[in-house]
Amino acid sequence: MRALERTFSGGVHAVDGVDLEVAEGEIYAFLGPNGAGKTTTVRVLTTLLRPTGGEARVAGHDVVTEAGAVREAIGVALQEAALDPLMTGRELIRLQATLHGMPASAGAERADALLDRVGLEAAAERRVGTYSGGMQRRLDLASALVHEPRVLFLDEPTTGLDPVSRKTIWEEVEKLNRDGTTVFLTTQYLEEADKLANRVGIIDAGKIVAEDTPASLKAEIGRPHLEIGLVDGAASRAEQVCAAFGRPMPEKDGKVLVELERGAADVAQVVRALDEADILVESLDLVQPTLDDVFVAKTGYHLEGDDEPESGEEAIVE
Amino acid sequence: MIARLLLNLRVVAALGRRSVRQTFRRPQLFAPIIIFPLLLLAIQTGGAAGAVDLPGFPRVNGFLDFMLAGAMIQSTLLAGNSGGIALAVDIEMGFTDRLLAAPISRFAIVLGRLAGTAALGAFSALFFLAVGLVFGVQIEEGVLGAALMVAFVTLSAIAFGGLGAAIALRTGRASVVQGLFPLVFVILFLSSAFFPVGLMLEPAATVAEYNPLSFIVEGIRDPVISTLSGEAFWKALAAITAIAGLSLGLSGLALRRRLRTGG
Repeated sequence: MRALERTFSGGVHAVDGVDLEVAEGEIYAFLGPNGAGKTTTVRVLTTLLRPTGGEARVAGHDVVTEAGAVREAIGVALQEAALDPLMTGRELIRLQATLHGMPASAGAERADALLDRVGLEAAAERRVGTYSGGMQRRLDLASALVHEPRVLFLDEPTTGLDPVSRKTIWEEVEKLNRDGTTVFLTTQYLEEADKLANRVGIIDAGKIVAEDTPASLKAEIGRPHLEIGLVDGAASRAEQVCAAFGRPMPEKDGKVLVELERGAADVAQVVRALDEADILVESLDLVQPTLDDVFVAKTGYHLEGDDEPESGEEAIVE
Repeated sequence: MIARLLLNLRVVAALGRRSVRQTFRRPQLFAPIIIFPLLLLAIQTGGAAGAVDLPGFPRVNGFLDFMLAGAMIQSTLLAGNSGGIALAVDIEMGFTDRLLAAPISRFAIVLGRLAGTAALGAFSALFFLAVGLVFGVQIEEGVLGAALMVAFVTLSAIAFGGLGAAIALRTGRASVVQGLFPLVFVILFLSSAFFPVGLMLEPAATVAEYNPLSFIVEGIRDPVISTLSGEAFWKALAAITAIAGLSLGLSGLALRRRLRTGG
């Protein structure tokens, strides 16, 4: 996509000049908080929403002028699995097969295979409303695969799921990718992007602020940081002391964070300096760079923290 | 081209089947179509049967003969409203996005819903015909008349379903479509569905006389209480065609707007 824009009525720029390219066979993760523009981008790429500026091509087809061809090439599992609770799992997949032009017999066979693949064959005749959140996501994923799409869009596929269900979805996505499917997923989970993606695009306020492989993004940050838990909450004094050893970072979970200029070599000196300042330390962790550090470096706040900026646009763009 | 048309017809049929299943599985959607009209029919037939003796009341074999068309049209109007509610629920929960992301004609989504509403209309017509026959209704025009009644009710379901769909697509909110429920009864009582226009007081009589619903009701009632009249037939067909044209047009516009704005 080139200079992609999507502005809503009221002048809200949900997507504000996004450029990116995803190679065939890649898993690309779009990482950002609620309201960043992830879902709006996916809705444009899946032809559910027209862009207001720029251009986007999916599987070689323009999303505006060749929307039909795009829809034939893609599979979509949207945020909050959009399933009919009154349908059974099998009915849903067979309907999806019909929507993609498959004959009834082929649709029935494909439904059997996909339900088996996502471990839902035993629940196939049950109404979707009786499924757990994890089962619903697996069914949603299965329905997106009915026509063996070249490109699979997954919008926050594991949001709200327990760790076991999350892992199951990850394994399935990896398997699909090994089979040659290009995957474009959005997530607000750093671990998800780190584990699954070949490349990560960090989006904030409708703009891409960083894009590379997870390893390269972390290497760009370079230095590890120290997370210091304090006994008496003397955070401001501790920050002053630590400032001598590197760049202070925003607090996280009540801990003081500092990016060490010389890495692990600085730890002993930091401990001595805190001790000399009569600051009681409860815990001390040397943390290697994570995607969260990348996120902080690029946006100034933590993605998975409670200190991200308020977004008044959330209801409109996500 | 033909393959594309056949695909879209299969999609319309599949979505219609889903719509019917959805209605039978959700009592809130099913009850207005069968239970409410049946209750009103029972209450009115039991409590106001003496109305047939009023001067100016059409000549009928029994009050139920007169009321049957009203019950059918009430059921059809509520089927259209229920179809609109179901479509709005689909929009609210994102199911419509699943359909919009598929390589099908987007109007097939609306037509699929209307196909389901039409099937429910036919079911309702057959149900009330059966109820009527069990309780002694005599259809003057016989089997042909009964077939005509089912056809009119089915076509009316498409017309009224289109209105429900248009409102659902325009607002995307089930509560708004549901809020029109009382309006259905206002329109019904200001027509000849439950009482002859000639016995109404002004201004209700004038409103009912020109209410398109009255034309449809008379078209459905005519084969029951008298020999088929060309005038009633053509007026009913014209009213259904006009409402269907309007409602499908509005649905198309609402769908286009939704696709353009994304909500």
